[in-house]
Amino acid sequence: MVGHHFVEQITSHGKTDNAVTYNVTVLSAEPRLAYDRVHLSEYFSGKTADDLALTTPEQYEALGVDFHLDAAVVDIDKQAKLVKTKSGQTFAYDKLIMATGSYPFVPPIEGNDQPHCLVYRTIEDLEDISASSKVSKTGVVVGGGLLGLEAANALREAGLETHVVEFAPQLMAVQVDTGGGRLLKDKIESLGVKVHTQKATQRIEAGQTSRYRMCFADGDFLETDMILFSAGIRPQDTLARQYDLTIGERGGIVVNNHCLTSDPHIYAIGECALWNNFIFGLVAPGYTMARAAASHITGGDVEFLGADMSTKLKLMGVEVGSIGDAHGRIPGAQTYIYENQPDGVYKKIVVNHEQSVLLGAVLVGDTSDYDTLLQYALNGIDLPEHPESLILPASGDAPAGLGADALPDTATICSCHNVSKGDIIAAFDGGACDLSAIKSCTKASTGCGGCSALLKTVVDSELEKRGVEVKKDICEHFAYSRQELYHMVKVGKITTFDGLIEKHGHGLGCEICKPAVGSIMASVWNDFVLEKPHVALQDTNDTYLGNMQKNGTYSVVPRIAGGEITPDKLIVLGQVAKKYNLYTKVTGGQRIDLFGARVEQLPPIWEALIAAGFETGHAYAKSLRTVKSCVGSTWCRYGVQDSVGKAIDLENRYKGLRAPHKIKFGVSGCTRECAEAQSKDIGIIATENGWNLYVCGNGGMKPRHGDLFATDLDDATLVKYIDRVLMFYVATADRLQRTSVWLENLEGGLAYLQDVVINDSLGLCEELEQQMQHIEDTYQCEWKTAIESESSRKRFRQFVNSDESDKQVVFVQEREQIRPATESELEALASESKGTQEIIDVELV
Amino acid sequence: MSEAKNWTDICNLDDLVDNSGVCALISGKQVAIFKIKQQGESHFYAISNWDPIGKANVLYRGLIGSVADKTVVISPLYKQRYCLTSGECLDDDLQHVDVFGVRVEGSKVQLAVA
Ligand code: SRM
Ligand SMILES: Cc1cc2nc3c(=O)[nH]c(=O)nc-3n(C[C@H](O)[C@H](O)[C@H](O)COP(=O)(O)OP(=O)(O)OC[C@H]3O[C@@H](n4cnc5c(N)ncnc54)[C@H](O)[C@@H]3O)c2cc1C
Ligand code: SF4
Ligand code: FES
Repeated sequence: MVGHHFVEQITSHGKTDNAVTYNVTVLSAEPRLAYDRVHLSEYFSGKTADDLALTTPEQYEALGVDFHLDAAVVDIDKQAKLVKTKSGQTFAYDKLIMATGSYPFVPPIEGNDQPHCLVYRTIEDLEDISASSKVSKTGVVVGGGLLGLEAANALREAGLETHVVEFAPQLMAVQVDTGGGRLLKDKIESLGVKVHTQKATQRIEAGQTSRYRMCFADGDFLETDMILFSAGIRPQDTLARQYDLTIGERGGIVVNNHCLTSDPHIYAIGECALWNNFIFGLVAPGYTMARAAASHITGGDVEFLGADMSTKLKLMGVEVGSIGDAHGRIPGAQTYIYENQPDGVYKKIVVNHEQSVLLGAVLVGDTSDYDTLLQYALNGIDLPEHPESLILPASGDAPAGLGADALPDTATICSCHNVSKGDIIAAFDGGACDLSAIKSCTKASTGCGGCSALLKTVVDSELEKRGVEVKKDICEHFAYSRQELYHMVKVGKITTFDGLIEKHGHGLGCEICKPAVGSIMASVWNDFVLEKPHVALQDTNDTYLGNMQKNGTYSVVPRIAGGEITPDKLIVLGQVAKKYNLYTKVTGGQRIDLFGARVEQLPPIWEALIAAGFETGHAYAKSLRTVKSCVGSTWCRYGVQDSVGKAIDLENRYKGLRAPHKIKFGVSGCTRECAEAQSKDIGIIATENGWNLYVCGNGGMKPRHGDLFATDLDDATLVKYIDRVLMFYVATADRLQRTSVWLENLEGGLAYLQDVVINDSLGLCEELEQQMQHIEDTYQCEWKTAIESESSRKRFRQFVNSDESDKQVVFVQEREQIRPATESELEALASESKGTQEIIDVELV
Repeated sequence: MSEAKNWTDICNLDDLVDNSGVCALISGKQVAIFKIKQQGESHFYAISNWDPIGKANVLYRGLIGSVADKTVVISPLYKQRYCLTSGECLDDDLQHVDVFGVRVEGSKVQLAVA
């Protein structure tokens, strides 16, 4: 990674300065060019090697970089300035940059070299882990540090029973203190990972119930099918050792502020380099080293002067932050601690003796204060009179987070790309005018992404200062956002679109504002959507209560709650499809779709379905679609709760709720997650003790896994939380914003949503629940209402003046069912019947 | 413009729904008829029902809207906007739909027929 950053630096230098260009050769031991190791774990959630790639052969070619893959360097000739690769090729150099990174340390335990004993560093390692987890039930991670926990999460997600074995008395001993470590352990165990601290493995031998048995020094043992070592990293300095470069006592190639080694033509950067007796195992310091080395070569003055090792991360949904002197080891340091066991939050700050400067911090369970604390620490900003106010829960008048204004221009906003607040202001001065422009010209927030919230605050405050109004108008007819319209409808008790546009807008509306207002009216008033004032608002799908297909016909999707259906109902679906000659298909949402219904056929089709006990599936509406279920404890030998029953209950509770976008649920009966609940807006996974609730996931164009919102809920609390989350979403989201995008744009993110829903921080919960109850109480099957009313039935006609049907809708047969004729098939048919075509005699204006 | 028009009865005024469309079949041709109510006044428009881009007879099922001062129907298939007075497609210069004469006589909606 760092080597690649160096290549970017040195080649961009050539671009700006015509005088000097450099011939760059990259020799990589791996079979591919640089990739994003930081996000390596996402390989398990579906990212491919291509997704993780930081560059491509084409890009290197365009930059004029010569590169060789599978080309580990095995020999350096310092005198002749030559390196030799394992295949025997030699390359001459003027300057040699060693960016060889590090390798995972595997403790010298007897039996550690067996087949399912693996490490976690490269894409190939992950492929091995994937393969092994397919033939394993249990996995153990040796090492409870940052990487170890990340690896444990990967095993857990692969469906393995997962253990973490740690030598120290606590997890993440480097970043977190004892109190934080205790809470972290509790949280991680509650997610189903077993943590064993103070265990030294002595031997790995054949197991009795599993593949291996790990024998510990204290006589205990643990059986497992796979072992993943994550017991720390060691600098990859083998070559440097062989060729007499100065090496640190505990490894690492010694470098100075220019990242120059003891040889004046050899630099070392990244995790293999030892600066001031310290190895920096993070990517941001590595990037700074790359810039320092490139600068030294090109005659610049950037130096490496150490780096901040603060980190913020989320492990299995548990937020952890560590800043500066987390353990309070600086002489005279004093600490403040806030611990809230019921909510699983631990916060500690370390300040100097005078209580004027922040030296360090530990945050577990809630890192919402991280950005603010980090800025205090990095910039030596004077602490408020009561430093504890920074970590105590907000109590009315407590000082809120440090605003962007309080930061000096030198404050680093993005450490991956070394972007300061001053750089961002300069980019604005240079013409950038919004967040995405700032991102593309400064690269801020395009590395680990950890700074995105802070970047947004700085950009927003800068925009505000420049008098730029961030335009939120929904369309040309209303100078308001969806949320503002929602409030106007609700507070002003406006019940029709005409009323709203007369009062607050102009013109006739459009395809953007009309459905949005229709949906708002439905969520607020829950009137029948085909009532006259609403008819003209709905997109055609809503007006005709079906999805229009490419040839103007509709699909019919009855609700099959939870995917459960009786044989009798299945037969009815078959009979109706046969009678009206509809194409039938099982959908991705566990129900059955009947396609090809002409508009005038919709009422009789639904009449037949409703008579058999079906109701509308709302496949056409921005509302609850399906609650996908797995079989659950009733049938499945692993199930711990009745997921089907739960899915049916929830589908019946929330059906008909109109929302800014469609909403999907999933309910799985155990952690194997066969219902893919984590990819749904609302995901529910059964546990021994109740239900784990995930929120704001989705598939679709930009998939996102849901965030773990609360664990082990009982039935009543589960419904209460879902009511509140959904109603809060309905009230505050933008039009066509899925829950995932909504959450990502919600200031304060998941922690804020949890606060609103679980702690009722806005005092809204009662109202949200009442609103949901109103929706439930006023639910009606729209199709039932539609077929019962003569006037809405009248709408389902192709022609006002004739009972004929549309002759231009033509089907052909394929695989024993109908499908719309293609354009060429239609043309062929038309030319056959040309002679009989009627002459059009309506007068053109 | 043509002088004498033959007006043909199509349907009753109350067959139309404010701010939406219906479709008439007249000598094999499909015509979409819209009634638009603005500031208490009703306006009537008629265009061909065939969506030349979506290639289906669906325009009468589109949403009504305005773009600046033009009154438009928005195709329910791919959302192109057609001006109800000129027939031009606001999203594709090459496309347009035919426009027909329409009026209300007493309780009857009538189309102009050659
Ligand atoms: C029928 C079905 C495909 C199938 O044959 O399996 C389908 C069909 C359509 N999908 Fe879908 N989606 C179907 C399951 C899905 C799924 C899978 C699922 O629900 O588990 C997804 C991904 C999961 C998700 O939504 O997070 C899915 C993601 C989409 C998207 C992308 C949404 C996004 O946030 O990116 C759209 C476009 C949209 O909604 O704007 C879409 C839109 C559509 C539309 C409505 C497109 C349109 O306007 O014509 C299709 C209408 C079909 C019809 O006439 O009924 N469909 N669609 C599935 C109906 C499920 C059901 O029983 O209701
Ligand atoms: C799972 C995981 C998660 C991580 N998460 C984070 C995070 O959230 N934040 C963060 O800041 N850091 C994180 N890191 C650490 C980060 O990935 C490293 O700091 C970074 O990759 C270091 O870059 P580097 O170039 O020094 O080493 P590497 O990226 O390891 O690159 C070294 C390259 O040199 C090659 N090489 C070695 N010897 C030779 C030779 N003799 N000849 C030729 N090539 C050779 C290696 O094969 C390798 O490709 C994570 C690491 C892992 C494994
Ligand atoms: S994936 Fe695309 S083509 Fe397939 S059903 Fe969904 S929207 Fe239609
Ligand atoms: S700090 Fe990593 S992207 Fe900004």
